[in-house]
Amino acid sequence: MTVLRSLARHRLFWPAAVMAVLLALNVALTPSFFSIQVRDGHLYGSLIDILRFGAPLILVALGMTLVVATRGIDLSVGSVVAISGAVACLWISELPEQNSVAGVLAALGIALGVALVLGLWNGFLVSVIGIQPIIATLILMVAGRGLAQLVTGGQIITVNSGPYRLLGGGYWFGLPASIIVALGMVAAAALLVRRSALGMLVESVGGNPEASRLAGIRSRRILVVVYAWCALCAGLAGLMISSNVSSADGNNAGLWIELDAILAVVLGGTLLSGGRFSLGGTVLGALLIQTLTTTVYTLGIPPESTLLFKALVVTAVCLIQSPAFRARLSRRRRPPAPTAGRSQRDAATEAEVTA
Amino acid sequence: MDPILSMTGIRKEFPGVVALDDVAFRMFPGEVHALMGENGAGKSTLIKVLTGAYHVDAGNISLNGSAVRFAGPLQAQQAGISTVYQEVNLCPNLSVAENIFIGREPRRLGRIHWTAMKNRSAELLRRLDLDIDPGRELGSCSIAVQQLVAIARAVDVSARVLVLDEPTSSLDADEVATLFGVVRTLRDQGMAILFVSHFIEQVFAISDRMTVLRNGKLVGEYRASEITPVDLVRAMIGRELATLDELEPPRRRSGAGQAPVFAATVDLGRKGNIEPFTLDIREGEVVGLAGLLGSGRTELVRLLFGADRADQGSLRLGESTVHLRSPRAAIARGVAFCPENRKADGLVEDLTVRENIVLALQARRGWARPLPRRRQEELARSFIDRLRIRPADPEALVGNLSGGNQQKVLLARWLLTEPRLLILDEPTRGIDIGAKAEIQKLIAELAEDGMAVLFVSAELEEVLRVSHQVAVLRDRAVVDRMPNEGLTPDMVLHTIAKGEAA
Repeated sequence: MTVLRSLARHRLFWPAAVMAVLLALNVALTPSFFSIQVRDGHLYGSLIDILRFGAPLILVALGMTLVVATRGIDLSVGSVVAISGAVACLWISELPEQNSVAGVLAALGIALGVALVLGLWNGFLVSVIGIQPIIATLILMVAGRGLAQLVTGGQIITVNSGPYRLLGGGYWFGLPASIIVALGMVAAAALLVRRSALGMLVESVGGNPEASRLAGIRSRRILVVVYAWCALCAGLAGLMISSNVSSADGNNAGLWIELDAILAVVLGGTLLSGGRFSLGGTVLGALLIQTLTTTVYTLGIPPESTLLFKALVVTAVCLIQSPAFRARLSRRRRPPAPTAGRSQRDAATEAEVTA
Repeated sequence: MDPILSMTGIRKEFPGVVALDDVAFRMFPGEVHALMGENGAGKSTLIKVLTGAYHVDAGNISLNGSAVRFAGPLQAQQAGISTVYQEVNLCPNLSVAENIFIGREPRRLGRIHWTAMKNRSAELLRRLDLDIDPGRELGSCSIAVQQLVAIARAVDVSARVLVLDEPTSSLDADEVATLFGVVRTLRDQGMAILFVSHFIEQVFAISDRMTVLRNGKLVGEYRASEITPVDLVRAMIGRELATLDELEPPRRRSGAGQAPVFAATVDLGRKGNIEPFTLDIREGEVVGLAGLLGSGRTELVRLLFGADRADQGSLRLGESTVHLRSPRAAIARGVAFCPENRKADGLVEDLTVRENIVLALQARRGWARPLPRRRQEELARSFIDRLRIRPADPEALVGNLSGGNQQKVLLARWLLTEPRLLILDEPTRGIDIGAKAEIQKLIAELAEDGMAVLFVSAELEEVLRVSHQVAVLRDRAVVDRMPNEGLTPDMVLHTIAKGEAA
């Protein structure tokens, strides 16, 4: 009982519970949902698909987590996704031999380099110029789409490169490569923030910027690092998305992914007001969103109502995660025993406070 | 003459604190009454009780001879008690006239009667001898004018009692004179005016009667003509810390003697914050800063830490002259600073005791050279033991600690950086008497080990107990420096109140 209670108090309990409910729903409707088959030495199955299609979102949300932890937000990740895919495809399409591994590696390097520069730009606007993050990154969110279309010349660039296709659509060791890359980045991020002091300093800057300044933390530098990291993750996600379809679409690649990423971060228990963050929570949040998308298909919900369905589930998760909301629910079920007039009044004022 | 307002036996408790204890207060029509007391004395609580923002736990309020009990500020206002707060809470994007009538606009056929509003505003402003265009946007007026508009609004709701909570804190001398002109006009019309201010001179310039509170208790009511500024300050600051001396008086040696000077300023200053000052602090010496709230104590120490940048004068730390551009630069030169407002400027409440303790040291090392977790725990534990931080759990969230323990965490953070100059801004405010004695003792020990300490406190007794030298501030300037030999609180009081050494 006490184990159960402390489990319920864990901050990832509720998203995990919703995840379990969604998975159970899927199994009930499609009994083969959990089955994983091996074909040609590759793993196949619904769960693998969730991981595979969720990989770009995991990456973007991973970067977003640190930004949110500093009380910031990065709206430009969708544009960075589009730009990085466009740059890589442009480079590969102009290679004399599109299947050259060296050429593809160079393309990946250049695309990630461009993403990094874009992240530094965001970080510069936020930390040195001092523009509010939502505005500073809005600039690149809008301008970045234009930039991506400039790179692609307004067309969809299609490439035919085996090595490039590997990143988003290929298999390593029987697993989709995108899963391995995403997990690798999660592990790298966990090492980076928890093995260095970056995690603590980020939480300090997000938790109390002025106190951090007075403790001697170079918060500008921390902010630049965080935005650069976020753009780098988005750039990698962009390569994955474009590799999966072997083309770059400046208009639609990564469209609205920033909103899903922010949602994943919040579902994972990191507050938009900054401070404590949880990388594991973010991964769970991203997988929850992807599972939801999959569930929409298995449930056979008509496409025109999928967004509404998603919104309802997300609202439910957010509400159930809020301690204030749960307290109100349980109070409504068990009204306070009417004793003295005073205690009743106190209960009333308490209810007002939570409201 | 009967008082228009009288409050008796007022008691107000908050969880863990008695904010007001058996306080009496009365006001007469046609008088300006100053409510005086240091921070935390209970002034704001009393005002909030008076204006209906708080309910009392005990006591009676009577207005014009009949007992009243307000459910909220609106009721108090309808009964004739209007309040103008320090932060003007009007709408800067609306016009002066709109602000005066907001929420009670004159109407005709269900629509706002703009002409009537404008005419009535103009008439009201004229009655107060104010030359303000009612159509002007409030945000484009100076703070002083906004304050006057707030008063005009308060007066127009047929107030008999007007509460002015620190109305002059952001006004210059001319603006204060205008404000006082309005206050006198209203007084002569028979209004009772409650005036709260930290500026002693202004209080004596405007008020007829004063009530002094200290630590939630009534010290006394005085006629302005019967009390001197020195007695007033003494009544405000009080002397009730005899108990503390008995706990364990810190061993204060006679002084640092001829130890080398660690920090020296020559005419260091910052416009609008603190006048140029010259001060030096020797190794092993505790320099105390005495002065009332708003006298520039915090502004002074922030310059020495680089929290604000000086715009004139020079500062020498150790052997070299420095221009501090950031706290980080000061930390690199061995300066540490426990700020006055622990929650806002000191602690990161989301983080644990351990993380808060190692924060400054980690910041100095940079993110790429982390302190190993085990080392962090060792350091945290050693300071938890040394400073007796409770709960003795390195993983407790700092936000859940009591004030005294939070202060100790902050001290631990800075002692860990092994500073050569430790600046403590009100380190003992709002903490219990035991923790206070421990912190004072610690200061004495640190100085004995050769650390230079700059100690700021609003309590004179405390400053005199720990310091070797005392610097006195008044009106944002250092007005005197004296060695703490045979110095008594009275002598310092005289300097604070008048600016002349006793």
